[in-house]
Amino acid sequence: MTPNLHLWLIPVLALIGAAINGLFGKRFSRQTVVAVALLFSGAAFAFALWVASQFSSLTTPHIETLATWIRAGEFRADFAFYLDQLSLVMLLVVTGVGFLIHIYSVGYMWEEGGFYRFFAYLNLFMFFMLTLVLASNYLLMFIGWEGVGLASYLLIGFWFTKDSAAAAGKKAFIVNRIGDFGFLIALFLMIQHFGSLDFAQVARGASPALPGGEALLTTIGLLLMVGAAGKSAQIPLYVWLPDAMEGPTPVSALIHAATMVTAGVYMVSRSHVIFEHAPGAMMVVAIIGTLTALFAATIGMCQTDIKKVLAYSTVSQLGYMFIACGVGAFSAGIFHLMTHAFFKGLLFLAAGSVIHAVGGEQDMRKMGGLRTKIPWTFWTMTAGTFAIAGFPPLAGFFSKDAILFKAFTSTYGSWIYWAIGVFTAFLTSFYMFRQWFSTFFGEYRGDDRADFHGHGEHGHGGIHESPAVMLVPLVILALLSVCGGWIGSERFDKFLAPAFHASEFTPVVQHGAMGMGPDTVVPATPVLPTGRRDVEVSETLLTGISVAAALLGFLLAGQLYYRRRDLPGKIARALGGFYETVLHKYYVDKIYAAVFVKPLIEGSTKLLWHGIDRDVIDASIDNSADGAREVSDAVRHMQSGNIRSYAGWVAAGAALVILYMVWVGTR
Amino acid sequence: MLPQTADYMRLLPEIVLTVFGMIVMVMDAAAEGRGEGRSRGRSIGRIKDRRIEKILGAVALVGSLAAITATFVQAQYPGFAFWNMVQVDSFSVFFHFLVAAVTAVVILTSFEYMEVQQIRAGEYYALILFGAAGMSLMSSAVELVLVFIALEISSISTYVLAGFRRRAAISSESSVKYFLLGSFATAFFLYGVALMFGATGSTNIATIGDVLRSGQIPLLAYAGVALMFVGLGFKVAAAPFHIWTPDVYEGAPSPVVGFMSTAPKAAVFAVLLRIMFEAHAPGRIGLIWVVAALSMTIGNLGALVQDNIKRLLAYSSIAHAGYLLVAYAALPDNGIPAAMFYTASYAAMNVGAFAVVSHFGSAGERYVTLGDYSGLGRRSPLLAATLTIFLLSLIGIPITGGFFAKFYVFSAALQANLVGLVIVGVLNSAVGAYYYLRIIVVMYMREPQQEVPVARIPVGLGFALAISLVTTIYLGVLPGRVLEYASRTATAWMR
Amino acid sequence: MVPVSYYLILSGILFACGVTGFLIKRNIITIFMSIELMLNGVNLSFVAFAAEWKALSGQVFVFFVMVVAAAEAAVGLAIIIAVYRTRETLNVDQVNLLKL
Repeated sequence: MTPNLHLWLIPVLALIGAAINGLFGKRFSRQTVVAVALLFSGAAFAFALWVASQFSSLTTPHIETLATWIRAGEFRADFAFYLDQLSLVMLLVVTGVGFLIHIYSVGYMWEEGGFYRFFAYLNLFMFFMLTLVLASNYLLMFIGWEGVGLASYLLIGFWFTKDSAAAAGKKAFIVNRIGDFGFLIALFLMIQHFGSLDFAQVARGASPALPGGEALLTTIGLLLMVGAAGKSAQIPLYVWLPDAMEGPTPVSALIHAATMVTAGVYMVSRSHVIFEHAPGAMMVVAIIGTLTALFAATIGMCQTDIKKVLAYSTVSQLGYMFIACGVGAFSAGIFHLMTHAFFKGLLFLAAGSVIHAVGGEQDMRKMGGLRTKIPWTFWTMTAGTFAIAGFPPLAGFFSKDAILFKAFTSTYGSWIYWAIGVFTAFLTSFYMFRQWFSTFFGEYRGDDRADFHGHGEHGHGGIHESPAVMLVPLVILALLSVCGGWIGSERFDKFLAPAFHASEFTPVVQHGAMGMGPDTVVPATPVLPTGRRDVEVSETLLTGISVAAALLGFLLAGQLYYRRRDLPGKIARALGGFYETVLHKYYVDKIYAAVFVKPLIEGSTKLLWHGIDRDVIDASIDNSADGAREVSDAVRHMQSGNIRSYAGWVAAGAALVILYMVWVGTR
Repeated sequence: MLPQTADYMRLLPEIVLTVFGMIVMVMDAAAEGRGEGRSRGRSIGRIKDRRIEKILGAVALVGSLAAITATFVQAQYPGFAFWNMVQVDSFSVFFHFLVAAVTAVVILTSFEYMEVQQIRAGEYYALILFGAAGMSLMSSAVELVLVFIALEISSISTYVLAGFRRRAAISSESSVKYFLLGSFATAFFLYGVALMFGATGSTNIATIGDVLRSGQIPLLAYAGVALMFVGLGFKVAAAPFHIWTPDVYEGAPSPVVGFMSTAPKAAVFAVLLRIMFEAHAPGRIGLIWVVAALSMTIGNLGALVQDNIKRLLAYSSIAHAGYLLVAYAALPDNGIPAAMFYTASYAAMNVGAFAVVSHFGSAGERYVTLGDYSGLGRRSPLLAATLTIFLLSLIGIPITGGFFAKFYVFSAALQANLVGLVIVGVLNSAVGAYYYLRIIVVMYMREPQQEVPVARIPVGLGFALAISLVTTIYLGVLPGRVLEYASRTATAWMR
Repeated sequence: MVPVSYYLILSGILFACGVTGFLIKRNIITIFMSIELMLNGVNLSFVAFAAEWKALSGQVFVFFVMVVAAAEAAVGLAIIIAVYRTRETLNVDQVNLLKL
């Protein structure tokens, strides 16, 4: 008999924290708000650690059913929590990194208005995120999924007095809706064909023997990928993430780097059974991942806003995780998810610390030479930068290497994925060191604005190091970014193996043929050809190439942004149009606006709204008012206010309905 | 054969509502007679008026609560009453409860509204109760004659209610538009009934169903279904018969809009369920497909550019009628429960949204444009948060009733292999998110344009909001029980 | 004996006249009378079908329709008076404050 761990307590703890701060926080002092927020998020983390300590004694997957939630006919869904190796990793990452970011936020947000609101939202986010990772069925997962979207919307728009923040929040929300509906249709299809949304039952039901077979599973897989692309900011739905940087920096760290945006990766990994039976869908995942990784990295090279660089870098790194999923190396994807949570969380927090130090400036062109002025921030950020660039023996090296290796060798893989991956690794290294050099080296290029900035109450003007409450999380994350990969991808793979090869198949451990090759667990019934292709390539060579790529990026960035600062401008001029295009993020936002948003709004304006200039909120609508006046009377009269014309519509509608029905009847 | 006690029990909620309605009317008349005789002084008379109105409102509230209780009594007597005119089953009980609950919430909302707008309230409450009686009757009527009468009882009450802001020109306009077009549509419905009678020789829904199932379906029946659908489609504001909705909703008093966008709609949807499924209406799927798709699209596109909140919500109600109709194209065993669930959750969130709108509108419903709502998040956080939850539910965000409502409807449609319709619906709800979100953005993320006063929330309204809020969230967190009830109803029905 | 289809055609014509009247007349009272015409068209077909099926319920229905129509007329005229008070016109084309 397995012990009851009361898993439900973990999300509920966060919810209680949110509720207390949300309802009464207005009357609390800042200290009380902090105490409540830290207490409950810390308790969630402690609980998660305790769960991890109990984990070895559990039979996995460990399912705790709280209550029957919905029972309607055949269909049934429970309030149930599901713990296996995969959700344990996610649980620890979310609560651990989440807790650290809570601590950091205390320092970062101290001077801001709406302090209690911020922590209430943050805890609310934790609640939904934990529901997402602990859910035992897709429906509960979807609740968490939508919930994190909502919390992220609230947090992006936190500085709602800024127009851009409000717009960014709305954009994130709307783009995510598109993805969510893909997800939702996938859920409907699962109910229809598997009769359940339970992970276990769906995994059991998903087999090509089903009526519809592979085509059905491919459809479901693709729809799930639409959902994942929305949440995890993949092509073509990535546009919201860079804008989401309008939110406070800890939010960017927690939601838009470490946890929420990885939900898509988690969901795809959770649905691995479906994907394994749908090679077509796998290929789409891998291609989307590859393209996103490359595409976002190129945009990242031209950004000047310190947070925007990190945002595009996040999109690009998420692309790596999807490459891993797409080639069937789910555990490598999750491994990268974990290390990415460490180093990207760190980078964002460190960037926040830099912004804090220079008084709210985010433009890297106005920084420089900060190395000596904020040494703690510098050293931690250095750790993060080297980790993401993939220098051994830091965390990013191991996970990225595992993905690239799998991309090359897996049966689903291809050398193209690998080649683009390596090239992207070079770009990653380049733009990260570009950021590193321009922020910390050279001389300070900013004005003296820092002297008068809003954090003046700290008692010292000028550029200053952040308080300890912000530095401690930085240091811890820096340590994790350094050491987090030492567990090694093989061991990690072995640990996760039971989650990825459902327990009804007796796992057979098979030792890898190559010395360093990961041990692969092949299910007794070969659902998935996990074997590798016969390729005559040594892992050492592949590793060597990717390290070389990282080193090359480092050297190039050093050359351009440290030694010869005049060169980048020249290169930009030489590249001309291409540089412009990349600088403007390939004009994707503009294209979306022209192709989707504008026609929709104009169309509805012309069809259903008279062309009276009204002060509609979005100024973009104003322009179309003139056009609307010219639209024909026939259409305008739909809402003319005239009773007789209304009756005409009813009568015409009636005539059509009667004609249709009579036609059906005589057929 | 005289009616038995059980017959009356099966009609108890309607009887209770009617009796209380008459009490309110008589009391009002009596108070008025006395008031004129005694106090010539105007101010004294007004104070008296206020007090009497409060009493009348309280009586009406008691009436609606009694009707809720009567629903439970009625549920103990399942079966037919009055020579197969009325059928009490779990289906009709569901809608009786819904209508009575909406009535109670609307009456609670009206206390404040009547006072602020300075409307003489006596008949107002009586009309709400009479209307509710008609709506309740609609859901248990299984004879088309009775459906027609119940429909008219409910419609005539709402025609008058729409014009209750007598001083405002737009209110009487709204009333006359609703009245003329409503009667116009009713005539279509009636013609449909006549043709159905001609095709089958009966006006009993079950008998019609038997006849239509047993043999060749005469062409007359198709025409009959078409005409009945026109009449009922008008009442639920389904495109292309939605055209009256924005105008009427804009002009009518807000609590009344909350009422008529939920209770009568629910009742008409119940009738439509009986006609579509029990009477086995032919040609159902194609007809519903087009109308549902059209309603969703027109409703959402229309709402996109509206500035007036009431008009915006009117378009949104057209869109929601479309979503709901999707369930009618599905198979009965999951279409019926999905439709029932949707009606309930839509009623909760919409009546709540209109309660906020009516409170915020102030005297003369001055503040009803989007701009007036700017900065509401800071001026009245509680009101804004409440409205936000209703709006999120209208979008269909999880942990609100609106999510599961859409979820069940679309999943029912998918099980009937209506993939195209589901895609239309899903795209529409993505578009729909935009305009609801606009309200939220305005409330939280804009500076107030002018000083719009926000009055304190009175007790009655507080209760109304709390009830709708709790229901909305309850249906979003624990939809199981309601859905299970609805599924059992459907299975019992289909057997 | 006159075949039932004759009655039906006549009732259809009456109904159509009512619809047309609603659409082309401008006076609210006339429009309202057009609705009555539509209802009478329906009544005729009820009676005709009742005779055809030898079922009394169709004829009873007609009585109900008449009663309801009377009630509707009472309320309708009151609403029309209310409109006249605020607008001082019965021309339906001028009752168009609510639009767009």
